[in-house]
Amino acid sequence: MSDPVVASRGSTPRPRIAVVDYGAGNLVSIEQALLAVGAVPVMAASREAIEGADGLVVPGVGAAAPAMARLGRHGLIGPIRRWVAAGRPFLGICLGLQLLFERSDEDGATTLGLIPGHAARLVGAPTLPHIGWNQVERQRDHPLFEGIRDGADFYFVHSYAGVPDPLVASEILLAETEHGERFTSAIARGWTMGVQFHPERSGEDGLRLLANFAAIAAAQAGPSAGSGEPLQVHAIAGV
Amino acid sequence: MLRRRVIPCLDVADGRVVKGVRFIDIVDAGDPPELAEHYAREGADEIVFLDIAATPAGRGTLLAVVEATARRAFVPLTVGGGVRSVREMRDVLRAGADKVSLNTAAVEDPSLVARCAVRFGRQAVVVAIDARRRPTDGAGDEPSWEVVVNGGRRPTGGDVLGWAERAVELGAGELLVTSMDRDGTRAGFDTELLRSVAARVEVPVIASGGAAGPDDFVAAVRDGDADAVLAASVFHRGTCSIATVKRAMADAGLPVRLVDGRAA
Repeated sequence: MSDPVVASRGSTPRPRIAVVDYGAGNLVSIEQALLAVGAVPVMAASREAIEGADGLVVPGVGAAAPAMARLGRHGLIGPIRRWVAAGRPFLGICLGLQLLFERSDEDGATTLGLIPGHAARLVGAPTLPHIGWNQVERQRDHPLFEGIRDGADFYFVHSYAGVPDPLVASEILLAETEHGERFTSAIARGWTMGVQFHPERSGEDGLRLLANFAAIAAAQAGPSAGSGEPLQVHAIAGV
Repeated sequence: MLRRRVIPCLDVADGRVVKGVRFIDIVDAGDPPELAEHYAREGADEIVFLDIAATPAGRGTLLAVVEATARRAFVPLTVGGGVRSVREMRDVLRAGADKVSLNTAAVEDPSLVARCAVRFGRQAVVVAIDARRRPTDGAGDEPSWEVVVNGGRRPTGGDVLGWAERAVELGAGELLVTSMDRDGTRAGFDTELLRSVAARVEVPVIASGGAAGPDDFVAAVRDGDADAVLAASVFHRGTCSIATVKRAMADAGLPVRLVDGRAA
């Protein structure tokens, strides 16, 4: 790409980003996008491969129940739960965001239950699946979107979206998008972040977002980062 | 608001981009990853590869081309041509494609659509339908189209609108509808066909076949109710660029993602 967006600055080491590989299709794009922003992607199909990473990405498309079953078979549900509970940098992409909630209406699957809420079918959508580029309208500032214009277009491919529990919605809502009714297109609770769109398929703005995530992971990778010590979950400056 | 997509299609055979005019006269037009990156930079919303040779021997070459493309162009990639099983679809997705389009194999075994949708999600399954208009006797007849397969060489007798509905029931997340009457003719898209299909299904319809200039893309969306518009030779031959097409769509009041980042 013409204007490379690079996460690591100065003497900061390149952050290691584990990408959970549970047979969910195309991982080439996310791997290459992380490389392009200066991170070190590690395809992780086991608990061991996640440990030692500075950031964790859970990608995924398709339905929740088979995805949870595959995560379970790889022994990854416990490690992902502990990672998020420890407040370490986490990015859920598409289904990876929806899995953070408690359940999915799509097939009744019980999901990770790390954020109160559920995944529901888009309401009033003129076409389903919602496929294509659409505007991501920010509801508050966040380091994940640093340098990205409010209302920038990102690429979506989905029929369901996360619906945060009303009790936490105002705390975690980061961005909304309109397709029929407005839906939640990005969330963040501490360093647990999720986007409904595919940054790895969203051109320059997508690379910028992944660079921001890598920078967050690099900044959090201190002496305490690998110890499993809980970080301050609500420690985002200016939020 | 959801943008209407403009999609260059790269017909690929043995690792090179070709484009058949009515699928006969083939002209070599370039390296797939390089062209894909060029189009992505120009504002292509997606890239489609159609493996028109689709020989077992060419499979490995195609997967290598898909991976090389996925590593250069950070926009979605759809691959079609010759995928006949869940396993083949898995290989193409793992190589870096986001979606696979099924055509002849889906007509011959509709359960393939369902099996692929269950395994990979319906968003990854595009059903491509090649349509040929049936002759009508009188002026008052409703138009109808027949499904043709094997690159347009074999008529099936099946009705396009019925197959479109059935494919979506089975699990197609998108329909790529090509007018075989218009393909390669530069006579414009068959907007009547597109509108008829779009009225029957809730999934996005991608228009294909007949583009000659920017106005045709506008018509496919405005008159054909297409969600996305695909073309090959007009882009490869430089007749018009992705940017000029999108500008024309924006000027016509259609929502598009413009290449400089500003939206219409």
